[in-house]
Amino acid sequence: MNQVPRGEGSLEANRTYFGSRLFGWLCTAATLVCVLALIGLLVTVLVNGIPWLSWTLVSSYPSRDPEKAGVLSALVGSLWLIGLTAIISIPTGVGAALYLEEYSANTWWKKLIQLNIANLAGVPSIVYGILGLGLFVRAMSLDRSVIAGALTLTLVVLPIVILSTQEALRAVPGTIRSASYALGATRWQTVWNQVLPAAMPGVMTGVILAISRALGEAAPLVAVGAAAYVAFLPQSLSDEFSALPLQIFNWAERPQEEFHGLASAAIVVLLAVLILMNAGAVFVRAKYGRRIKW
Amino acid sequence: MATPPATPAPPQPSLTARGRSAQRSLEGAIRFFLMACAAVSVLTTVGIVVVLLVESLQFFQKVSLVEFLTETRWTPLIKPQHFGILPLFCGTLLVTGGAILIAAPLGLGAAIYLSEYAPNAVREVVKPMLEVLAGIPSVVYGVIAVMTVSPIIRSVFHSQSIFNALAASIVVGFMILPTIISLSEDVLRSVPRDLRSAAYALGATKYDVTVKVVFPAALSGIIASCLLAISRAVGETMAVTLAAGATPNMTLNPLESVQTMTAYIVQVSKGDTPAGSVEYQTIFAVGLALFISTMVLNLLAQWILSRMREKYE
Repeated sequence: MNQVPRGEGSLEANRTYFGSRLFGWLCTAATLVCVLALIGLLVTVLVNGIPWLSWTLVSSYPSRDPEKAGVLSALVGSLWLIGLTAIISIPTGVGAALYLEEYSANTWWKKLIQLNIANLAGVPSIVYGILGLGLFVRAMSLDRSVIAGALTLTLVVLPIVILSTQEALRAVPGTIRSASYALGATRWQTVWNQVLPAAMPGVMTGVILAISRALGEAAPLVAVGAAAYVAFLPQSLSDEFSALPLQIFNWAERPQEEFHGLASAAIVVLLAVLILMNAGAVFVRAKYGRRIKW
Repeated sequence: MATPPATPAPPQPSLTARGRSAQRSLEGAIRFFLMACAAVSVLTTVGIVVVLLVESLQFFQKVSLVEFLTETRWTPLIKPQHFGILPLFCGTLLVTGGAILIAAPLGLGAAIYLSEYAPNAVREVVKPMLEVLAGIPSVVYGVIAVMTVSPIIRSVFHSQSIFNALAASIVVGFMILPTIISLSEDVLRSVPRDLRSAAYALGATKYDVTVKVVFPAALSGIIASCLLAISRAVGETMAVTLAAGATPNMTLNPLESVQTMTAYIVQVSKGDTPAGSVEYQTIFAVGLALFISTMVLNLLAQWILSRMREKYE
């Protein structure tokens, strides 16, 4: 029907049509490149890392000999770090979000805190490391201890916990609060018994995001002076520690190929821990999500 | 009908006066605790500023601000010492510029595809995948740069340097892609449907609608997303340290090894510089420069985004 050429006008139309299609293809190609980059990244890590995955890797301390080197102290150090970071950052972050969403009036003070949190979320993690070095390591003389590292990481992830908790709280309908107040509940009773449980899946998602970030951060730990070579496991809060991303960094810096393989294998371990944590979050969300209906 | 009007229940004497006042003071204590939690975030900012300023001021007593900003050599760890931040700034600029040159076209293309072209099913698969890309730790990108990207660059350009700014730019570009994609996609989708319908009604093709109507309408938000991505690239540390090397270098040649501000901080932190020495204080001065540059970018982006939100909501 429309295929009969109708002079110059139709040529023009055909060209725009082709241009339009070309543009669509280009955009699709851009998306494909992004997806392929992700796949390529994972495949590269797996191909290089799997030959080095062994029981020795998970059960040994770092060593000069790549055949004997392992990530035990780094893995345990990372678990200490994320455990402590979770214990400190979850109550603080959720508390701050509750204050902002449920308690404070919309004043300049709230706006200031809000702007401040948005900014903190964009501060490079190495700057938090410098803060940790100046504040926790030197001024509070906690030295290069696991608690100094955890406190630094807490500051790094706090904005993530606060912002995602706020979003989850905002999604809870106001009627729930009104109903609770109407039954005579106080503000805290309303928050604790109604709002928080309803917001739980969203809060959990934010917490897992934050802990994943803490698990992968190396820069702030380098700045507070955590060592890559630690041949013992931390026993108390004041012990020295290492962490998985630090160990990976240390191995990747060396010129020998063997250590690059080891670094890839350690990345596989790191990603495995990340995936386990995220799977846990999905499970918790599914469990809580089913109970809440309105 | 016949049902009697609901009368309010008589106040339950469940709480005695003493119990009620205990309840009230508990409420007050909780409120105070929550406020303290929120104050932690303000104190963090104060802490950052104080720590950076105190040590930087001591640094600037030994090295003049003019030298810091205009000297073109940065050799604080070897004699003769020179403290000019320009080479570090130049390294950061080179890596960040390269990264945004890679990430902006790819990211905007993907964002346009996801918001304007992709069927729902595809979007629901691709978006979480790209979020995975955002969740991968930066040190992993560093390992990829050293292990894979750098050897490819060396064989393509026949260059000698294992460390080069280009490898760092490429991996950082992919690191900041998710920032650009997810934010840009949000602003593209927030462009009102009416605008699109009106353009289609005038006979515009999909291309016309996307490029001449939707894109300009979302432009300020897209610029903001790029600014946030640039800020992330400026602050990116581990991948850059591994890929770009540790040579403070005033060059715009991406095949040479450079040192960024972040990489310098890592280099000094790894060594054992005694507190109070001028070498130790340099990291606070460099950190201050880094903090100021990222904060300016972030504030600008947030300001643009909030103005955009006012326009369409």
